[in-house]
This record gives sequence, structure tokens and C-alpha cells, in this order.
Amino acid sequence: MKSVLPILAVVLALIGVWYLAAALMNAQLERDLFANSGRTDYSTQDLVGASLNMERPKLPAPHQVASELYKLVFATSPTSKRSLVYHGLITLEETLIGFAIGSALGIGLAVLIVSMRWLERSMMPWIVASQTVPIIALAPMIVVILNQFNITGIAPKAAIAAYLSFFPVTVGMVKGFRSPDPLQLDLMRTYSATRAQTFMKLRAPASAPFFFASMKIGAAAALVGAVVAEVTKSEDGGLGARLLAGSYYGQTVQIWAALFAAAALSAALVGAIGLAGRLTQRRMALS
Amino acid sequence: MTFRRLSEFLPPLAFGLAILAIWEAGVRLLHVPAIILPPPSAIAMRLATSIPTLAADFRQTIQGVLAGYVIGSLAGFVVAILIDRSQFLQRGLLPIGNLVSALPIVGVAPIMVMWFGFDWQSKAAVVVVMTFFPMLVNTIAGLSSAGAIERDLMKTYGADYWQTLLALRLPVAMPFIFNALKINTTLAMIGAIVAEFFGTPIVGMGFRISTEVGRLRIDMVWATIVVAAITGSLFYALVAGIERRVTFWHASYRAKET
Repeated sequence: MKSVLPILAVVLALIGVWYLAAALMNAQLERDLFANSGRTDYSTQDLVGASLNMERPKLPAPHQVASELYKLVFATSPTSKRSLVYHGLITLEETLIGFAIGSALGIGLAVLIVSMRWLERSMMPWIVASQTVPIIALAPMIVVILNQFNITGIAPKAAIAAYLSFFPVTVGMVKGFRSPDPLQLDLMRTYSATRAQTFMKLRAPASAPFFFASMKIGAAAALVGAVVAEVTKSEDGGLGARLLAGSYYGQTVQIWAALFAAAALSAALVGAIGLAGRLTQRRMALS
Repeated sequence: MTFRRLSEFLPPLAFGLAILAIWEAGVRLLHVPAIILPPPSAIAMRLATSIPTLAADFRQTIQGVLAGYVIGSLAGFVVAILIDRSQFLQRGLLPIGNLVSALPIVGVAPIMVMWFGFDWQSKAAVVVVMTFFPMLVNTIAGLSSAGAIERDLMKTYGADYWQTLLALRLPVAMPFIFNALKINTTLAMIGAIVAEFFGTPIVGMGFRISTEVGRLRIDMVWATIVVAAITGSLFYALVAGIERRVTFWHASYRAKET
């Protein structure tokens, strides 16, 4: 709670900088507009006021984005193709399906890797290396390939979301299952616990903090995957499609609104996982 | 020594070769059309015959990657140093930085393309935004990681703020800073490639991928992905190598030598 004031101050400062930047960046554009309409007798105040309320500004002012967001989220029917709720739900659905598949696969692979040494020695370097590869470059191709099999709609995007969330979850969970120290493992051995028992009673509970940390990264990655996939196949809608449409038609306010909607979605997902993590850790008496 | 290194490299190498062999055999035996999945040999052929195109794409994309990486990481580092003395700003910026790190920042790509044009500058701008926050958050965390005993020692030496920073806190922060630098190598590649989906001059790895997908020349797409993968891995390996030189004292490296 102590940090509410500093955060508020920083946010206010950011909004101030944003207004300043918007005025500066749009001024030249607005000056040209005035010149075109033959207006020469404007004051600096007119110029600043007008450049903060342009229809297609270089950088829309915060209140423009806010009112666009309000209009597209609350004042538009959620079934309308203009509504951000409509597109946001599409993106959310793809993200959640992809995230569920990706993290289930990731955890499964992590269990396999931890329980079989040869698998770890042969696969782990590849999994680590795959982290350094710009996986997202595969997104357009996966969409096209799945298209060949008549898999369209949500599935290809969920596949990309799953693919992106898969790697961070695997790496994080392997680390988590490995986190018990030798002393604790030795203790399990003195109890003559089987490998399965060691796993269930020591490794799995010990991995809880890692589980939630990698879930957060995985969820954020899944959302990025869904948005980028929507850019490559934009006819089905989604926040990524709104971004692309906005950039085609120079509708900067629309781009920013879609961007903020995606950010809110991501923050909500990560926040929910963080909350679940804190509750779990409290019940496990870890914190 | 050599034997141990060999036995370390052999299993992953064998695994990789096995995957390639299964891929090749599977595609040939099941008659998978090349539009869906070309065999590795076809990709290698395409790679070998399109080196001039791939090299031009590489040059175009790497400019944006490197310029953005350097500017973004440096800016994150400098801002972290600047706000180091203000607890207030840190408490305000740290949660925001953490939040922003989880956001789909690649979404700013269309905006940057509008602001800075189609060429590599707009890609660099996307990369700057993407790499800034991981560096900021990690540097702040690193600067606060020096222990109380070490700080007290510096105080007994009569060291002032800057001396403590240079002699104690920055070196201690190095593992964190390199962590951000390593994360940023991947983010920089992703940022530059995705930004090219939103518009480029007719060259660049992201451009190549999105157009060749449209023309259903999947082998060329794979060839570009191979180049991107190698570039990303080498970039990461370079930073990791520098890290090893700079933070040779860190426990994670010392442990391996004994």
C-alpha cells in the first residue's frame, strides 16, 4: 500500500509527458491543416488545443484514447464488429485455449525430462537453444499450414499461442522440479521413497513458486502469440486484426485503443495468476 | 577434458540428427506435400541457392535489431542509474516496469512504422521499447542486491556514493544486467521481425517470411527461419560469452570448473 503514492505520481508524470509529446508531434501536422484551410490568425493556444483533438493524429492524446476505449468497450453493443469487447473476447478465447494446451504440454515434458536423465541430456540444450530463436517468425507459416488442412478460425491462433507459451513453461518447470536441495533429496532416500513418491511429495510441491512464475510468463507469451497470429490472418477479427486495420487506414486512435485493450487483457491474466499464486503459497505456508 | 566435452555434446547432437532424419524420412515416406512441410534436404538446398537474398534480408533486419538493442538496453541502464538515488521514483517505476514487461509490446509495431517509416529505423524503435523495461527492472534489482555487510565495509572505507556504485554495487549487479541483456537478444529479434510484418522496404527477414508464405514457397520460409534461428543463437551466445568473461567470479561459473 505504501507504494500507491509513488506509482500514482509516476503514472501522472507519464500522462503529462504523453500530452506534451502529443502536442509537439501533432503540431506540424495541425499547422499544415490550418495552412490548407487558409487560416493564419491562430494563436499558440488554438494550435495546441487543435493538435490534441485531431482525427488522425500522429500521437493521439490520452483523453482521445480514453474516450475511444470507452466508446468501443461500453457504448458499443458487444456483438457489433466495432466493439472491442467482441474482438477482445476472440483474442481471450484463443489465448486461453492455447495457454491451456501449451502449459499442459510444457508441464508434461518437464515431468518427462526430470524423470529420465538421457532425455534431459539430449533435449535440454535444444529447449534452451529454442528460447533464443525468434519463434514468432513461425506464426504466419503455421497459420498457412493449418489452413491447408482446413483448420481455420480459432484453432491456428490457439496453436501459435500454445507454441509460444510451451517453451517458457517447460524451462521454468524443469527448474522448479530441480529446486529441492540435495539434503532434502537425501532425506527422501533415507525414507526409502520411490521416485514417484519423491516426485509427488517433494519435487511437485517445491516447484509451486516456479509453477506460478512460469504460468505468468506463459500467459503473457500466449497473448502475444494470439495477437501476432491475428495480424497474419486478420479476417476473423481479434485485437491483432484491429491493430492491422488501424495501421492500414491510418486510424491511430483505433490502434492505441486496441493496444490498451490488449495490455489490459494481459495485465488481467497475469494478475489473476499472481493472485492464485499468492493464495496457494499462503495455504502452503510458504510465505 | 576433451572426452568430457565430447560426451556433453554427443547426446544433444545425436538427438538433433535423429529429429532431422525422422523428419526427412517421414516427409518422404508419407508423401507430405512440400507446401505443408518440406524435407530438411529441400530446405538446405533452398538455403544454399538463395544466399544473396538471405544475406540482404539479414543485413536489413540486423540493423534494426542491433541499433534498437543497444539504444534500448543503454537507456534502461541509464534510467536505472538516474533513479537509483530516489526511493520514491523506484517504488513508482518498478511495479510499472514489471507490468509493462508482461504486456504485448510488439503491438506498438504499426505505430512505430507510421512514425519512423518503412525502413529499419522503425524496427529499431520497436526494439528500443521492447528492450528498455527488462533492462530497467533488472538493473534496479541488481543495484539493490549488494549485501549490507559489503555496504558497511564500503562505509568504513569512507567511500562516497559514486565509489560505492563503481566498486561494489555495479559489479554485484552484473549478473542481473547480463540476464537482461540475454533476454533482450531474443526480444530484439522478435521485435524486428514482427515489425517487418507491418511494412518494410521489400527486404528483411520478417518481410521474406510473410511474402513467401503468401506465395506458398514454404521451403524459402524455412530457410529464412533457419537464418533467424542461427542469428538469434549466435547473438545469445555472444552475450553469454561476454558475461562469462565479466562475471567469472559468480557462483554459477565457479562451480563448473571444480
